[in-house]
Formats: sequence, structure tokens, C-alpha cells
Amino acid sequence: MAFTLYSLIQAVILCVNAVAVLHEDRFLSKIGWGVDQSVGGFGDEPGIKVQLMNLVRSVRTVMRVPLIAVNSVCIVLLLLFG
Amino acid sequence: RNFQTKPRARAGPHTGDPLLFADTSSAAPPMNNQGYYTPGYNIGGAPVGGPEDAGVNNLFADPMASAAMMYGSSLANQGKDIVNKEISRYVSVNKLKYFFAVDSKYVMKKLLLLVFPYTHQDWEVRYHRDTPLTPRHDVNAPDLYIPSMAFITYILLAGMALGIQKRFSPEVLGLCASTALVWVVIEVLVMLLCLYILSVHSDLSIFDLFAYSGYKYVGMIFTVLGGLLFGSDGYFVALTWSSCALMFFIVRSLKMKILSSFSHNSMGAGATAKSRLRLYITVASAAFQPIIIYWLTSHLVR
Repeated sequence: MAFTLYSLIQAVILCVNAVAVLHEDRFLSKIGWGVDQSVGGFGDEPGIKVQLMNLVRSVRTVMRVPLIAVNSVCIVLLLLFG
Repeated sequence: RNFQTKPRARAGPHTGDPLLFADTSSAAPPMNNQGYYTPGYNIGGAPVGGPEDAGVNNLFADPMASAAMMYGSSLANQGKDIVNKEISRYVSVNKLKYFFAVDSKYVMKKLLLLVFPYTHQDWEVRYHRDTPLTPRHDVNAPDLYIPSMAFITYILLAGMALGIQKRFSPEVLGLCASTALVWVVIEVLVMLLCLYILSVHSDLSIFDLFAYSGYKYVGMIFTVLGGLLFGSDGYFVALTWSSCALMFFIVRSLKMKILSSFSHNSMGAGATAKSRLRLYITVASAAFQPIIIYWLTSHLVR
């Protein structure tokens, strides 16, 4: 499995895209991962599910706009250089 | 005292950077350059400048050349400042300097520890008033010098091994280097993700993780050397030895940081599930090392 740094970047972009397309009302609430369901225990150790939900929510909030630019750049590079 | 009769071509002292124009430029003689820095040198250098005086005079009497030199040096200073400012915005340079504060005694002890960690008793990282001690004073502290040097040595060894098998080409070397680097980056990212999800509040920064992941390069070098010197059997013996040593090292080092960080919290009923998960993380991280060592070195030693 020979990697270049560019293939790592592509893999990361794909994963972040996958997290960013999860829809709040249509999908996440249905499976119990909505933002209103993550206000769980206020102890010092939130559970794994709460941490994951927070991670998904923050990725979706932060990366929405930069992903547009990054995806465009990636598409142009793929079209130009294969 | 002939350095006083020459025209001072440079208008003012460049407090900017003596390193930029110290002794390396053959056109600027010591007398002109270091008039402000080391007068003692002047007195020593003055009598020597007999034949070169005429040529030097011509160069520095030309105002365009001297103006260009001043402009160039001020541009270089500005560029250096900008680069430093930008870099310190993204990467905390002080934190990075901590990881490179090593000396040769530390390097020898750490390399010995990586190859034979079974007799080391105390794995605790020592602190000095809330800041960890630099690697110079504490053999348990992680550093980035050994991983970076080991990475470069691994690339060179890979090139040599491929050359011995007549399979060398410069592209393969670059591919090997970027593959190794990418695997370390993947491992660091996965570790960060797991530490975040399990809400492990340890003081492992991203540089610490790079350091602990980078120690596997030492194992890889040992394995490849064993394979080159003693053939296929030597390769497997070296692989087993370095895998066991590295696994032991990783488990003992990370145990201090990950598993003990939860002892401050309540030891309720839920703590056992958490501590089990943390143990899984530590063991999985250790078990990943032999796999990746084998993966990255087996194609070098047939």
C-alpha cells in the first residue's frame, strides 16, 4: 500500500465530507443523535456517544464552508491531473 | 591602521543579523564587516589586507552594489521576521523547542531503552513545578529528535537495501518516505480521535503522540539492519525482538499517561468500563507497531 501525502489528504477530505452531509432533522434525530439529545450527563465524564455526537455536530458546524472551497480545489486538481 | 582610511561603504550598523553576512562572503573583507562587532579582529585583520585592498575598494566604492547589498539584507531580515511570525501562529515554537532539547547522553540512554526496555524501573515523567522536564534531564521524556533522525536514517537504509537488490530508483525512495510518514500521521490522528472520544484528559499533546509514534522508526532500522546483515532469518529474529521491545516500551510509557489520568475522578461503577477501554487503546496502539513495522520493511528484505 504505497501512499503519498496527497492520497492521505484525499482520504481525509472524503471522511470529512461524509460527516458533513449527515442531515440534522432527517437522519440524526431519527437515530437519536440529534443536538437536543446530547445534553446528557453533566458529570465530568460524558459518555462515548455524547462525545461522538458533539464531534459530529462540531464538524458539521465548522467545516461546512471550508469544505466547499477544499472540494472545489480537489475537483479541479482531479480534472487537470487525473 | 588602514581600516580607517577606507570609505565606510555601509551606511549604518546592521543590527539585524550578523549571521547573514559573517565570514561567508568573500567580497566583504573582515575589516569592513566586523568593524562594529569585534574590533580585535580588525586589528588582527588589518595588516593582512594588503593586496586585496584595491579590489575591495572598487567593489564598495560602487554605490549601486553596496546599496543593493543593503537592500537585499534588509529584505532578508523582513522575510525572516514574517516567516517567524507566521510559523509561531500555527506551531508553538517553544513547545517544539522542548522536544529538541536533547544531548548525546540522553540519546544513548533512550536508544538503549528502545532496544532493551525490560530492566528500566521508573517510567514516570518527572516534573519541575508543573512543567515537564526537558529530555536532557529526564530519560522518560519524549523527544522529537530521535524520531526525525531515525526517519531519515530509515529512508537512507531503504535506499541502500533497494540498491542491493538492484531495485532502486529515486521515485521509489520518495514513495517509501511518504508512505512511512503517512502511516505515522494516520496513527497520530486515530490516537487523537480515540483520546477525544474516550475523554481522556491526559497531557499528551500532538507532539507527544508524534514522538511516541516516531519511536517505531528505531525498531524499523534495527529490523532492516538485521535483515540486511543476516538474511531472512536475521530479519525475522530482529523483527520479533524489536516488536516485543517496542510493545513493552509503548505500553509502559502510555500507561503512565493514559491510565493513571482517571485516578483523580470518582472510582464509581462506571469507571471500570472506561478503564477497560483505555487499556484497550493502549494495547491496540502497542499491537499496531509490529504490524506496521512488518508492513513497511518486508518489501526491503526479500
